[in-house]
Amino acid sequence: MARRAGALIAAGLAALTLGPVAIVLAQAGRGGVGTADLAALRFTVTQAALSALASTACAVPLARALARRRFAGRRLMITALGAPFLLPVIVAVLGLLAIFGRAGLVNDGLRLLGLAPVSIFGLGGVVLAHVFLNMPLATRMLLQGWQAIPAERLRLAASLDFTPTDFWHHIEAPMLRDVLPGVLLAVFAICLTSFAVVLILGGGPAATTVELAIYQAIRFEFDLPRAATLALMQVGTCGLAVALASFFTTPGGFGAGLDRQADLHAPTGWRRLADALAIGTAATFLALPIGAVVLRGLPGLFNLPSAVWPGLLTSLLVAACTAPLAVSAALVLALARAQGARWLEAVAMLPMAGSQLVLGTGLFLLVFPLVAPPDVALPVTIVVTAVMALPFAYRILLPEARVLMADYGRLAASLDLQGRAALRLLILPRLRRPLGFALGLTGALAVGDLGVIALFAAEQGATLPLVISRLMAAYRMEAAAAASLLLVIAAFGVFWMCDRWGRKDAEL
Amino acid sequence: MLSFENVTIRQGDFSLAANWQAAAGGRIAVIGPSGAGKSTLLNAVAGFIPLKSGHIRWDGQPLDGLPPGKRPLSILFQDQNLFPHLTVAQNLGLGLDPSLRHVNTAAVDRALERVGLEGLGNRRPAALSGGQQSRAALARALLRARPMLLLDEPFAALGPALKAEMLALVEELAGPALVLMVTHDPEDAQRFSTHTVLVADGIAASPAPTDALFANPPPALVNYLGA
Amino acid sequence: MKSLKFAAGLAFFATSVAAETPVLNVLTYDSFVSEWGPGPAIEKGFETECGCDLRFIPAGDGAALLARVQLEGARSEADVVLGLDTNLTAAARETGLFSPHGQTPKLDLPVAFDDADFLPYDWGWFAFVHNRTLEAPKNFRDLAASDLKIVIQDPRSSTPGLGLLMWVKAAYGDEAAQVWKDLADNIVTVTPGWSEAYGMFLEGEADMVLSYTTSPAYHLIAEQDDSKTAAVFDEGNYMQVEVMGKLAATDQPELADRFLAYMLSDAAQAVLPTTNWMYPAHVPAEGLPKGFETLVQPTKSLLLGADEAEALRAPALEEWRVALAR
Repeated sequence: MARRAGALIAAGLAALTLGPVAIVLAQAGRGGVGTADLAALRFTVTQAALSALASTACAVPLARALARRRFAGRRLMITALGAPFLLPVIVAVLGLLAIFGRAGLVNDGLRLLGLAPVSIFGLGGVVLAHVFLNMPLATRMLLQGWQAIPAERLRLAASLDFTPTDFWHHIEAPMLRDVLPGVLLAVFAICLTSFAVVLILGGGPAATTVELAIYQAIRFEFDLPRAATLALMQVGTCGLAVALASFFTTPGGFGAGLDRQADLHAPTGWRRLADALAIGTAATFLALPIGAVVLRGLPGLFNLPSAVWPGLLTSLLVAACTAPLAVSAALVLALARAQGARWLEAVAMLPMAGSQLVLGTGLFLLVFPLVAPPDVALPVTIVVTAVMALPFAYRILLPEARVLMADYGRLAASLDLQGRAALRLLILPRLRRPLGFALGLTGALAVGDLGVIALFAAEQGATLPLVISRLMAAYRMEAAAAASLLLVIAAFGVFWMCDRWGRKDAEL
Repeated sequence: MLSFENVTIRQGDFSLAANWQAAAGGRIAVIGPSGAGKSTLLNAVAGFIPLKSGHIRWDGQPLDGLPPGKRPLSILFQDQNLFPHLTVAQNLGLGLDPSLRHVNTAAVDRALERVGLEGLGNRRPAALSGGQQSRAALARALLRARPMLLLDEPFAALGPALKAEMLALVEELAGPALVLMVTHDPEDAQRFSTHTVLVADGIAASPAPTDALFANPPPALVNYLGA
Repeated sequence: MKSLKFAAGLAFFATSVAAETPVLNVLTYDSFVSEWGPGPAIEKGFETECGCDLRFIPAGDGAALLARVQLEGARSEADVVLGLDTNLTAAARETGLFSPHGQTPKLDLPVAFDDADFLPYDWGWFAFVHNRTLEAPKNFRDLAASDLKIVIQDPRSSTPGLGLLMWVKAAYGDEAAQVWKDLADNIVTVTPGWSEAYGMFLEGEADMVLSYTTSPAYHLIAEQDDSKTAAVFDEGNYMQVEVMGKLAATDQPELADRFLAYMLSDAAQAVLPTTNWMYPAHVPAEGLPKGFETLVQPTKSLLLGADEAEALRAPALEEWRVALAR
């Protein structure tokens, strides 16, 4: 059942992501890709790979420390890990600059010590920003891996008097071999299509990405086939990464547990210190730029222009439609994948590598002969945002869907538990935690996403991100900062509510 | 009547053939060396493993293509027979209606009572002992009331006395149903079954009367039983 | 099939409404339409005199506008396109989608302007904006020799970025590549659009930012802050002339003509300086708003002709990319 529905959704997803590319490719134009584009591809892959490695390398010790330590503010920190990922890019970048920029805290400190200032701009800055944006997401995904280790296995480890090193070898490392490739892949794909971060912090045309080449092809050269070819290059790269990741993924195979409660063993000594250091460093690294965003926005927060409120409402509406759409489709795909449909993996990850601009342009060409684009701005925004957010939801759901199927797939089948009853009695209760996380994440992404709305925008009905970009274009930087803070609060609110629903009664 | 018609099952290098029948109400043990395919045979009947060739029929109707939940049988696995997030009563209710919308609670209570778990319906499985968990799973099979009961060593983890108790309970509850029970313990087979299927060397042999089989064991069974 | 019928129904509905009040669709950039841009005042003003419904269709930023025109082609619902600049008019004309405006309004541009298809509605000088306390360089060579830090926009994604490219090319011709090489260590970063660059400048990330000589007017008039000013360069400051044009496929040619004329009327021109923060193409009778007299005035105005700008764009871009890529 799930497999048939999965195939159906996958087909729709492929049509929605590749269809527009095909339409764009079919337009008249020169096409062709030059050496500069290959250089752009090289840089794109380099920065994405470095960002993915750095993000996950930082996330592993943090996730482990959070998994095995209990301290005041732990829950808050885990929830707050959602925040950086949800910041609109320009807001996040300005927050980072307030700390690491020319006039930022770090350089102020260096000057005070009589040291030479450091520049954030360049490959290092791009990676730093990507770590800031994605390391928390990676941490949350890894944390789920730690929490999915059944208590029975923890007890077994304790009874065999495992040292922390043994525990790493027999329990944590196999878990990571199962979870880590997917996390790496997700961060890699996000960074692959990252546009503004790379451009703003890259420092110049040496940091040209494929997505920028697509911009140029569409906006200045109006060479649509070239844009589509570039978009396909991006998709191809991501496809390669999906193949690599699935090659390196080995299922943990921990077996099922009885939902007994057990804490991970929390070793003492230097390990305790190391965990404290990991948590402290990460908290500082993440909190400072967010603090800067809050400080920039606060002065104008109680004096917001009125256009902000309808914008907020539109954005919340988009989120309310997008999140359930994306998460339910992702759930079907993840369950079908867990039942063995391997090919779904590539399709589910496809939108992550898709170029928003090409997708929007293709949809525009598709819709334009039939209806005035502004008339369908909202539905198109919802569908596109849902498609774009789906891979995140899928990645979050997949590991636990696989565990669910391995542990209870046969039992459910033998009892003829399927369809809506299975959803209600088995899937919702057992996947509640990842479902809440996925709903929160996609909902918040939808609140903060500028997406394709720019191509379809009407005079009225602007989303909050669009209002913010209009404020900035009209010199109202302070109002834009305040509206951004509002956006962050709204996005985080959506995330917090869903995440909390998912973790209700849960140990975490 | 359960019939295997020229059935072969293949999984990679492994293959298993069966060509025999078993009448309703029978008590059949499935015995053989570890890895010979005892569980595979049961899983094929239950619909978790596809057949390479041949047919499995119940009362003349082929089971091929029927999803596991629609087959005229209940199965108890080695473990994971209960959903840990549902109460014991809910786990039993699944046997009456997988949507739990139209569950006759009185019937669930009666089933709990018959397996000696009265009053424990509101507990989660984690709060039950191993024997109690097995009883709960049996009670659900009772509620499902299918004409076949497949036991894939569900009591392997229980002590001898408890296991004997469970087998007696199965005998009592199964009534007219055909029971196929995988076991690695010859005593279980002798205590419980009238007939025994020996699975060895890629063949699931026809059910032979248990007493006669153990009185005059074929070479494969001799090897398994040891000197 | 169903959706086609649905669309046909919509189209029918739209035309039946149009029969009562004519609708003029103007395709423009997003910030023109926003409540802080000129859009609302222009719409109100024109609608009181035209007896029509003026609708703006926002299409991203200025650079996205031309792509949008080409995407829609002759089927476009738009009657007027407003917001291209002279660096893009040749490419726009090349599409064959525009028709001559046939008007000869009085213009107050510092250079002669004559284009059969496009009419300017406002303009500005590109300039590096900085704090008044800064000792600003006098030209690009000064700037390159200094250790001042600047933020610029990417010519591949923004019209000010493209304007800067043309500025250096117009001022230095064949030496442009060398100028870019010398500037490389002054450039903090290259942003995708104007907003990011200007925001970073205000946050103190750079000493100067590429913007307009009119930018300080915003801080002065809207924020009573006179701390910002712009640098006049002695090789001249390049101009951005924002233009509008009538689409040949319009079903409202007369209304479109009236709108073009209205945009150059005193009423509309008076709106532009304090919403678009640019100079009006035709100074209205009441003059410029108070505060504009404090702005610096470049002594020399640079502007490449539309065809020249089009021909130079690709080679200049390559020059820029190579010079800054190391």
